[in-house]
Amino acid sequence: MADHALTHDEVVAPHGVHEHPFYQKHHFETTEQQREAAGFGMWLFLLTEIMFFGGLFMAYLLYRNWYYDAFVSGSNTLSLSLGLINTIVLIGSSLTMAMAVWAAEVRKQGALVMYLVATIVLGCVFLGIKTVEYKEKFELHHVPGASFDISEFVHPTDKAEKPLPVDMANKTQIYFSLYFAMTGVHAFHMIIGLGMLIYFVVKARQGLYTTGYVQPIENFGLYWHFVDIVWIFLFPLLYLINRH
Amino acid sequence: MGISPVLWQFLTKWLTSSALWPREASTVAGQTDALYIFLWLMTIVGMALVLALLVVFSVKYRKEKHPNAIQIEGSTLLEATWTIIPLGIFLFVFVWGAWLYFRIYNPPADSMNIYIVGKQWMWKAEHPGGQHEINALHVPMGRNVQLTMISQDVFHSYSIPEFRVKREVIPGRYSTVWFNATATGTYHLFCTQYCGTLHSGMVGDVVVMTPSDYQAWVDSSTSGMSLAQNGERMFASLGCSQCHTGDAAARGPNLAGIYGAKLKMDDGSTQLVTEGFLRDAILNPSAHLPAGFKPIMPTYQGQISEEGMIDLVEYIKGLKTNYRVQQTLGTSQSNQAAPSASGTVIP
Amino acid sequence: MSTANTIVNLPDQRTAKLPKVNYINKEHGLLSWLLTADHKRIAMLYLFSITGFFLLGGFFAGMVRFELLTPAGDLMAADTYNKMFTMHGIVMIFLFLVPSVPATLGNFLIPIMIGAKDLAFPRINLLSWYLYLGGGFFTLASLVLGGVDTGWTFTTPLSTHYLNTHVITTATAIFIAGFSSIFTGLNFIVTIHRMRAPGMTWFRLPLFVWSNYAASIMMVLGTPVLAIAIVLVALERTVGIGVFDPAKGGDPLLFQHLFWFYSHPAVYIMILPGFGVISEVISTFSRKRVFGYTAVAFSSVAIALFGFFVWAHHMFIMGVSNYSALVFSLLTMLVAVPSAIKIFNWAFTLQKGSITFETPMIYVFGFIGLFTIGGLTGVFLGSLGMDIHLTETYFIVAHFHFVMVGGMLMAFLAGIHFWWPKMTGRMYPEGMSKFAAVTTFIGFILTFFPQFIVGYLGMPRRYHAYPAEYQVLNVLSTAGATVLGVGYMLPLLYLGWSLKYGAIAGNNPWQATGLEWQIQSPPLTENFIEIPIVEQEAYDYEWLAHKTEKEVTTVG
Repeated sequence: MADHALTHDEVVAPHGVHEHPFYQKHHFETTEQQREAAGFGMWLFLLTEIMFFGGLFMAYLLYRNWYYDAFVSGSNTLSLSLGLINTIVLIGSSLTMAMAVWAAEVRKQGALVMYLVATIVLGCVFLGIKTVEYKEKFELHHVPGASFDISEFVHPTDKAEKPLPVDMANKTQIYFSLYFAMTGVHAFHMIIGLGMLIYFVVKARQGLYTTGYVQPIENFGLYWHFVDIVWIFLFPLLYLINRH
Repeated sequence: MGISPVLWQFLTKWLTSSALWPREASTVAGQTDALYIFLWLMTIVGMALVLALLVVFSVKYRKEKHPNAIQIEGSTLLEATWTIIPLGIFLFVFVWGAWLYFRIYNPPADSMNIYIVGKQWMWKAEHPGGQHEINALHVPMGRNVQLTMISQDVFHSYSIPEFRVKREVIPGRYSTVWFNATATGTYHLFCTQYCGTLHSGMVGDVVVMTPSDYQAWVDSSTSGMSLAQNGERMFASLGCSQCHTGDAAARGPNLAGIYGAKLKMDDGSTQLVTEGFLRDAILNPSAHLPAGFKPIMPTYQGQISEEGMIDLVEYIKGLKTNYRVQQTLGTSQSNQAAPSASGTVIP
Repeated sequence: MSTANTIVNLPDQRTAKLPKVNYINKEHGLLSWLLTADHKRIAMLYLFSITGFFLLGGFFAGMVRFELLTPAGDLMAADTYNKMFTMHGIVMIFLFLVPSVPATLGNFLIPIMIGAKDLAFPRINLLSWYLYLGGGFFTLASLVLGGVDTGWTFTTPLSTHYLNTHVITTATAIFIAGFSSIFTGLNFIVTIHRMRAPGMTWFRLPLFVWSNYAASIMMVLGTPVLAIAIVLVALERTVGIGVFDPAKGGDPLLFQHLFWFYSHPAVYIMILPGFGVISEVISTFSRKRVFGYTAVAFSSVAIALFGFFVWAHHMFIMGVSNYSALVFSLLTMLVAVPSAIKIFNWAFTLQKGSITFETPMIYVFGFIGLFTIGGLTGVFLGSLGMDIHLTETYFIVAHFHFVMVGGMLMAFLAGIHFWWPKMTGRMYPEGMSKFAAVTTFIGFILTFFPQFIVGYLGMPRRYHAYPAEYQVLNVLSTAGATVLGVGYMLPLLYLGWSLKYGAIAGNNPWQATGLEWQIQSPPLTENFIEIPIVEQEAYDYEWLAHKTEKEVTTVG
């Protein structure tokens, strides 16, 4: 990204008379500076999020290496079709989000609202499917903690599954701990995203983002794409271990 | 050392009695102290240099004497000097420290082994002959002693300052440290890793005795069976002997002479059989599957205490033939069918 | 005060008044402070709150030292003592040292130093302060509910399975305070990249800005890893997930890796802004550009980079493989070098200068002496074989107090005294402040030097009771702590006094370069009437001399 001290002309925005757009904050000299600062800030924030998830990925790498068989068995109990649907839904929501950013840039208010709402709907579909999956795990006693049950792994109902010795079956609890921690933290980020999208829909309907003030939609788009990318890593790591 | 022995003796006596550092009671203590002295010299010289610069410049260039500052940009030569010289000294310290570290944490092959189990808030020492101690450790002078340690609960740390050795005592796996005590006496034993309420109470005495006194102590403290004898009992009662019979067609690998061997594993790798390996194999057998065997060994996670594990490990370590195994198998009622799968006998 | 040996240049006190309009009197009322977007007001809010937490942390320290007067654990129960040192560490590190210079001096000065009107995200700046208060609130809650005794290091499995104190409350506190730190760092990075005034190139920036920039990189990259480690501890404690529990196949050492991955950079987060203060003060009171500006700037960034690769030097005896220990020890030696470079650059800044010894300079000298010892004792600890004997003893305690207190806290006090006139428009009484600085220095050495000795003798850290032979050194240490306490109390008194009765400072009492000294004291809310166009280098005393010739200083 271009990084320079402002030139003299960029700086001499007229003072005293409010000649800058309403959305330009007073501590910025130009809207361009404000837009670049906001974008940079969002990229930096996403970097912190990478570090945040990174800790979980490190734990995953370690334990997958130590307890590969348990990870395979644990992963095989996840629904591949639901995971695939969720992946497509989330990528779709990234598409609608990108369209929303476009709509804001070309100042099409109706399209903007529609695409934001579509993103919300797809996000809710994702969370709904996740809820179904979590519920199933709860019913099967695959939630880590006191009620965790390894019988499925020692005596699998599915004949195609390899039965695990008890000590390796015990390690599936680690797999599920990481499953819930990683998808849980991801879902938490999605919920926050959905909350912000609702706010954006309200403001978009008031016409706020079709005046040239695109930066909140742009930067939120970055956030939403990041949440999508995290899922694109989570899906193969959690669902696709040694599937045939 | 390059210093006259008389001077060195004087220095150690003076410094020891002024209590600037603890007694040197192990072979490694003097080496640690030597590095320490070098590091303080480095610090003093560094400090003196910096102080000299500060004082000389402050006096020479104080405002009354030097009212007009002369702007200086810098000096690449000086930058290079005070980058390279500290780096050189630090790297020298790194090499010396690394050498010392490898010395302290690589036990000699002929070390006698004593087991330590740490728990909140006491130290248990288990000598191979079955002597048990709480918050104490009796060792002979002049012999290499290795401590194989594990925690029953949280992190602890076994520290004998006068020997200059210390090692973390970890839940879930063995850690080792060794020393060779050079002077008889009683020395401090501390737990140095914060472990809860009575962390400061988890202290004890390390008693170094002459070899004959130590032998006398050993003889008088034997309370029954040795660790290996306990281990043999457990080996039978836990059912280990059912599968690890030592027969060629047995369900489990032959354990005679396995300690110290290089074992070919099911995944193609080769592992050295240490105490830690044995412990892990008992707790997580499917992750320690030797080539040619089925993963049918049950796990004993949660069924054996750390002391019990030590007994088992000691027993297996000493197992040279399967004679006793088959004896105990004969005396216990066994109506298991003969194993059907043939297994490759381990090397 | 004789004018020969001071550079202080105050306006004529008979007619001097504070500027009619400044950021303090621009708006009135509590809400105008609590809902402010002005980085200077936020800085003062932070100053007020971190002082409160410093006093709390100091109280805990006093309790610890008081107990250690006698070998027996006779002042308080073992559990209580464990809570005292735990809360001392948590409060001092997370609620005092980490935000100290960045959130107070950094917030106040960085926009002004680069020629901007505010930080890039003023409302996020305010959010940072509220998050800090949130962290403080949960810490106080934990204290009131009975305290926590995990040690500030939260070692698992002790913290996850073996304690029934308020671990999660405290973990929540640190989690929230961590985000305060992340947002501050984020704000600084964007501000420094995007909001510099015309002509303010990177290499014209004051070194204070470089140091805070480097610290901000570490805040942004390191703190989230602590956050996730804390989340995992909380999950393990509540749900029982087992990622750190050996009985379930977890690895307790994993927590240590995640924890120290942040906590080692944390120590550089704490000290780097202090380095920035030292550069500013030593330049001003030598009337000279900092020697080797580029080297000092790059060494800050080098510390920020290297600092991420040495974390396992806190784990040398914990069962990491011998070979990884080698790698981390080597990298630790490398990271020590940039700090050495700085010390020499500062010392040579004095050469051919024109030196005066006002209070901030006294603190700087104290810093250079104490930080050199503290930093070199770090080399002791980075040396593997030496660390075996020294780790987990009072030697470590002495080492980190030398760098954190003898280093960082002295730098913080240097900065407060240096920029007090700018932030408040007032001068403090010089005699009293010099006395306090010297008292602090003497008290500090008496408190912490004996701890090197008692550590080498073998006294473990976090011990409530100890063998009688260590008592003399402990008594010395506690005596020193009393003196140190006096030294820290005095500034509270005379700085508070100065707010009403101190001499009016004027724009530039120290005749320093730097954009902050070219505006009124206290500054206007928008800092500059007109954004400056920068043509001078950093620490350009010739430019300053030329400029002041042409100016008439008016105050009022």
